[in-house]
Amino acid sequence: MSVSEAPAATVEPPPAEQPGRGQWWSPVRRTGNRRAPGRAAGQRSRQGGKWWVPWLFLAPALILFTYFKFIPMGRALVMSAQDVRPYLGNTWVGTANYSEILGSESFRSALKNTVVLAIGQTFGSMLLGFCLALLVEGQTRKLSFIRSAAFLPVVVPMAVVAELWRIMYHPTSDGLLNQVIGLVGLGPSGFINDPDTSLASIAVTGIWRGAPYDMMIFLAGLAGIDRGLYEAATVDGASTRQRILHVTLPGLRPVFAILFVLAAVRGFRSFTEVFLLTNGGPNGSTEVVMTLIYKLGLEQNRLGVGSAGAVLLFLATLVLTVCVQLLRRRRTA
Amino acid sequence: MSAATETALGLTESKGIGARIAKLVIYSGLFVVFAGPLLALLVSSFNHISDPTQLSVVPKTPTLDNFRIAFDHGVLKYLLNSFFVVGFGLLLQVAVSVLAGYALARKVFPLMTVVLVAILATMMLPEEILALPLTLVLGDLPLVHLNLMGTLAGMIVPLGAWAFSILVMTEFMKDVPRELEEAARIDGAGELRIFAQIILPLCKPALGVIGVFGFTMIWDQYLLPLLVATNSDSYTLPLALRTLRIDPVVTPGVVMAASLLALLPSVIVFLLFQRSFARGLTAGALKG
Repeated sequence: MSVSEAPAATVEPPPAEQPGRGQWWSPVRRTGNRRAPGRAAGQRSRQGGKWWVPWLFLAPALILFTYFKFIPMGRALVMSAQDVRPYLGNTWVGTANYSEILGSESFRSALKNTVVLAIGQTFGSMLLGFCLALLVEGQTRKLSFIRSAAFLPVVVPMAVVAELWRIMYHPTSDGLLNQVIGLVGLGPSGFINDPDTSLASIAVTGIWRGAPYDMMIFLAGLAGIDRGLYEAATVDGASTRQRILHVTLPGLRPVFAILFVLAAVRGFRSFTEVFLLTNGGPNGSTEVVMTLIYKLGLEQNRLGVGSAGAVLLFLATLVLTVCVQLLRRRRTA
Repeated sequence: MSAATETALGLTESKGIGARIAKLVIYSGLFVVFAGPLLALLVSSFNHISDPTQLSVVPKTPTLDNFRIAFDHGVLKYLLNSFFVVGFGLLLQVAVSVLAGYALARKVFPLMTVVLVAILATMMLPEEILALPLTLVLGDLPLVHLNLMGTLAGMIVPLGAWAFSILVMTEFMKDVPRELEEAARIDGAGELRIFAQIILPLCKPALGVIGVFGFTMIWDQYLLPLLVATNSDSYTLPLALRTLRIDPVVTPGVVMAASLLALLPSVIVFLLFQRSFARGLTAGALKG
């Protein structure tokens, strides 16, 4: 699985790296004077025996990760404990930003909305994705067409999804979705314009885009279930419901755990759809942590308080991930 | 094995007129729910009607006016910006990932676990959370003191660091037989040659995966361009959709036309490379 470098360095012949000096697979050794002291040292370093070769390959990644992940993370932590004043110098304020944001009514309501939205989207997408996967499981060509069509929302950019649904959510009775629900005698609904339905409407958009993704992963999981178990269950006289309950669901347990983490993290960080559909309105009914952070940081220039919010969101994501991983580990152990 | 035991529901194999009708209803229902809105988008972008309520799947008076007006509003420029960002962003991301994957998969060196864990940890670190400090970093890159705000470069460089594609490359490169590399070494191939002519060509499927995923991921970028773009000259197409919509003289048909242009590239890439896509989904999710 991994190279042991020491023997390679001693056995290796000189390289024929210069262009035009023959091909590397040529069985003919190009040079015989491999013990010539002056050349050997330089050649060996080119051959990967040296300690810095892996670091050279890693350098671009490490530089970019440092600049755009680790430094910003460090900055966020530092700023969250500072009163950030451009051109005036930052002052250390300790936990004041945290207590301010935790104490503010708008943050608490945004946190509530975020959690509600994340839970709604997570379970909605998983449930719908699971049902979809069961329905389109199989090998026929017709099904692969349906699967591709159902998967399309996932690859459509979120900005387009939001603009499309904005128009579909048109609040008067001749809006597209109002016409649809009018067919069964409902509505017209205000959808994203009504504080009572706005958050649910955003969740529906998120489920529409998230469910096909979950469906694909469930399908991959379903493919890994032993067909013989279905057969055995059928021979034993199990109904379809019992088959799903006792064969399919247990077989998919690891898939559920992974999807839960992915979907929940996706829900916690949701920004684009909220920003474009409602931007927090009406009346703050759809304000989520990310839109609040964006407003605090970039519109009100309160970078310290915004960073404190970001750090809290990060911790929530981290705790959730670790908890689910631990649960999973214990179950499989 | 009887046909009914092939899948959980045994639905696709069931025969008979009732089952056929049930299947037809279910599958057309699925199609309407998931592809219907996109079909409405497609049709509306060619429809002459400007009323938002007229978003429909029935073509009425086909016209290219919506696209003409969209182009008058600079959509071509935004589209070119998007292509520029996705082109160079993907190039950078793939290059960084294959290099890092090579080191992590084929070498042993001190601190390797630390590097791997650090890269993995960034997967738990959504870019949204880094939004605020990232604008400060991009405004004044530490050490080199470059200001990338308002430039397309500012939207491209941060995309180079993506743990997912490094992980896919690493996993894949581990599977290349050691003997191939050793044979090349004995024949005198240098490190770069082994990387470029032995390992990399054998990783084409993985290149497909990270290429397709990178493309869709970069094309879907919204927050990063939103943070970096300081004026409309550097807008990407997804960003421009909102400006278009807010413009009072622009009709929804025009927004839909621009939206169609914004979704076509990623849909085309998905349809062409579905196999790589499915592979990536399972590699990314189920191996974790």
